[in-house]
Amino acid sequence: MVSLAEPVPLIIAPSRGYWASVGQRLLRDKVTMVCVVILLTIILAAIFAPYLGLADPYRGSIIRRLRPIGTPGYLLGTDEQGRDMLARLIYGGRLSLFIGLLPVFNAFVIGSLLGITAGFVGGKVNAAIMRTSDVFLAFPSVLLAVAISGALGAGILNSIVSLTIVFVPPIARIAESVTTQVRSLDFVDAARASGASSWTIIRVHILNNVLGPIFVYATSLISVSMILGAGLSFLGLGTKPPEPEWGLMLNTLRTAIYVQPWIAALPGAMIFMVSIGFNLVSDGLRSAMDVRR
Amino acid sequence: MSAELLAPLPDVGGPAQPLLEIRNLTKHFPIKGGMLNRTVARVNAVDGVTFDVAKGETLGIVGESGCGKSTTARLLIRLIEPDQGEVRFDGQTVGTDISVAELRRGVQMVFQDSFASLNPRLTIEDSIAFGPRVRGVANTDAVNKAHDLLRRVGMAPEQYARRYPHELSGGQRQRVNIARALALAPRLLILDEPVSALDKSVEAQVLNLLVDLKASLGLTYIFVSHDLNVVQYISDRVLVMYLGRVAEIGPVESIYTDARHPYTRALLSAMPSMDPDRRTQEAPIAGDPPNPINPPSGCLFHTRCPFAEAVCKTTAPALAPVGESHNAACHMEIAGSGHSRAARA
Amino acid sequence: MTATHRPLVEVKDLHVRFRGERNVHAVNGVDFALDRGEVLGILGESGSGKSVTLKALLRLLPEKRTVISGQIRVGNEDVLALEPEALADFRGKTASMIFQEPMLALDPVYTIGWQIAEAVERHEKCGRDAARQRALEMLERVRIPSPARRLDAYPHEMSGGMRQRAMIALALACKPQVLLADEPTTALDATVQIQILLLLRELQRELGMAAIFVTHDIGVAVEVSDRIAVMYAGRIVETGKVADIVRRPSHPYTRGLLASTVHGAMRGKRLDAIPGAPPSLNEAPSGCSFAPRCKEVLPECSQSLPQAVTVSPAHLSRCVRSTPVTA
Repeated sequence: MVSLAEPVPLIIAPSRGYWASVGQRLLRDKVTMVCVVILLTIILAAIFAPYLGLADPYRGSIIRRLRPIGTPGYLLGTDEQGRDMLARLIYGGRLSLFIGLLPVFNAFVIGSLLGITAGFVGGKVNAAIMRTSDVFLAFPSVLLAVAISGALGAGILNSIVSLTIVFVPPIARIAESVTTQVRSLDFVDAARASGASSWTIIRVHILNNVLGPIFVYATSLISVSMILGAGLSFLGLGTKPPEPEWGLMLNTLRTAIYVQPWIAALPGAMIFMVSIGFNLVSDGLRSAMDVRR
Repeated sequence: MSAELLAPLPDVGGPAQPLLEIRNLTKHFPIKGGMLNRTVARVNAVDGVTFDVAKGETLGIVGESGCGKSTTARLLIRLIEPDQGEVRFDGQTVGTDISVAELRRGVQMVFQDSFASLNPRLTIEDSIAFGPRVRGVANTDAVNKAHDLLRRVGMAPEQYARRYPHELSGGQRQRVNIARALALAPRLLILDEPVSALDKSVEAQVLNLLVDLKASLGLTYIFVSHDLNVVQYISDRVLVMYLGRVAEIGPVESIYTDARHPYTRALLSAMPSMDPDRRTQEAPIAGDPPNPINPPSGCLFHTRCPFAEAVCKTTAPALAPVGESHNAACHMEIAGSGHSRAARA
Repeated sequence: MTATHRPLVEVKDLHVRFRGERNVHAVNGVDFALDRGEVLGILGESGSGKSVTLKALLRLLPEKRTVISGQIRVGNEDVLALEPEALADFRGKTASMIFQEPMLALDPVYTIGWQIAEAVERHEKCGRDAARQRALEMLERVRIPSPARRLDAYPHEMSGGMRQRAMIALALACKPQVLLADEPTTALDATVQIQILLLLRELQRELGMAAIFVTHDIGVAVEVSDRIAVMYAGRIVETGKVADIVRRPSHPYTRGLLASTVHGAMRGKRLDAIPGAPPSLNEAPSGCSFAPRCKEVLPECSQSLPQAVTVSPAHLSRCVRSTPVTA
């Protein structure tokens, strides 16, 4: 085949895939990388807690209650029942992170499904989905979580269900607006003009461009989910004692705040660190993904 | 199977049969508003447009923003459903004789915004191969076809096939869009302002490419543009649109040297002169194009027309022959219309 | 006023570099001068540095990301040395600007009349009524129909052409000495574009202003300019009277641009397109930036920046092949 047009000059820069270039930018972002390392440490520690040679997080001792931070054998002291704080904080990460991540993941799947459907189909389907989600959005998220949890009864599973319900509407809203935006771009029309089915268009052209922004938004909800989950436990609607969980620990240590304020603050510090961490990673991800043009 | 799908469509009606016949094409967009999202107004985006496109010709469609030229382009390939009207492709009526999917095998489109019309997450190769793939062509065949087309539009596949749209210049992206449109071996290419966003030096490259492709592949073009210079260069016939209706249609020489509709004449004399000794001294018409939401009565142009008379305000003129395959919708050209400049019936 | 000839606007060796993830050398040594009442058209493609040059004249570039060097003098002001307070006085009063998209340049939450009166009040220290009176006069001047009613209109209530007229009224309300126009008609329809061009030409003559017109459209530049400067890759490659540029272009880029500008007479002929695309400007040019695309390239083209050669009176070209006029 003979080229019919004038030669076009070479581009020298090597071509990378989109996600490869996002990764590259993330690696160069120091703040995000520090947060990723801290979060990974906490998550891995929680997963591999039984192999870390920690004290039993459930075994208390009446005589060793509320030892201060730095006590030999109890690096971070002990709680109001004499249980090792370090062990409880690390074990507590298991439930707290579970309650923080799972509802967001569930809501990401359900909300994206609803939002992308609403955005792509439009019309009455859109109105039905979006108006329903507006009803949920009208309530403050704390109130909604407490109300649903209260109605379902206390328990980890129920608090996960209630948090999922809380996060579906905001994710659906973002998914709908991003989808509507992408759907109006010419490349979707071009795909329709080439005879592709709606399903193929969604799979190849919509999901590809829409899931990234929704994912970024969802990561920013992890911190909210952690705080709300901790709040539910604090109110007695989530985890039950003696399970180690940061929100619940914060509640039970409340009485010790005048005796050992630093120890009482530790679970709060964990919640704070992890939420800030997820928020900063979410920010970093957002700016790294903005490589267009 | 795959080879068959990529083969050019056969010529059904012979050379005398127009490739595309448009009859009374109409699209009104409702304007929603108020509490209950009711229709409060309508935009007559395209209003009873009728024209033919002969095999192998280039039909230029010109007009100002809001005249419905881009809507017409999208109606032709059914990206928008028309309210009324009939489209016949090579003598076969779309909807009865052939399906929309079959129409889209024969008609493809290139959009103005070269960036928005490529999926930023797909490589160039995947974007071009997408159409053949969804039509059931085997993966390797589709990729080979994509490389072949890249070569045809002057981009070495070894260098560009695996690149992403944001790594290319505007001109290169538009070449990719052209390659993508050609991937299904269409017979008619609708080009919607394909060079408007490009720099002049790049515009010339793309125009040359379009002329070459048309000759080597035996294509037919509908070239939508607001740039009268470009339309004059590339078109065989020109259709002038104003507020959703055809104002004038005819061979390019007649339109540019002997325009009969006052709007066409105004458009032509609004072109900058390129001659410092003969600068434009007076604007051909005053005011902005009227809002298509509340179009004027009668002849849509009467609010800006220097020759408007009573009849123009009340009656919409039909397209009337004014020369060899040259028609204009103006009361001055219709004998007995009641306009003082028209011939008596 | 001194007796010696001193142009109204003088730009010497202007360099603009944008810092960021990548450096962009947008303007690489631009010199020009503009007399009172003169209209200069700056012609170039996207990325040629024409808009950046114009914005530098009003110091509208984001200060933190831009490195500007060289000299810009407008009237008696050394623009690059102006303090914030003086700069605010300078903008609108000595030099003012109109943009491609009036919808973005006009404030959507205030009426046209309010915005013009506000500018007049600020610069002329006059009362509200006098300022409003001036606003009305300006709307009449730019020939907006029923101006008294339009004073209280919001930008979104006007059509594109009317908005552009309103923006011109706003820019000219304080009788600036220089009007800077950044592609003022590019977003407009053809029949409206010519109206705006004629209006600008007329107002420029009436008010005796100097004007700089940035455009990518040769036709527009020819309609309004006395002189044209052709920019490529952040440098002025050729400058001269309109007739010289259009009829006797000397620089290969100008000739290429004219040859690739489509017009009716070219029907059926192959367009003589310039191959390739403009350079990326990540580094400051060390030779002629057009050399990679030039059909008449010589080995010395890429060795040093070509000097300006006077090819005919008041007609300069930066090309090693240009032959100086024999005086």
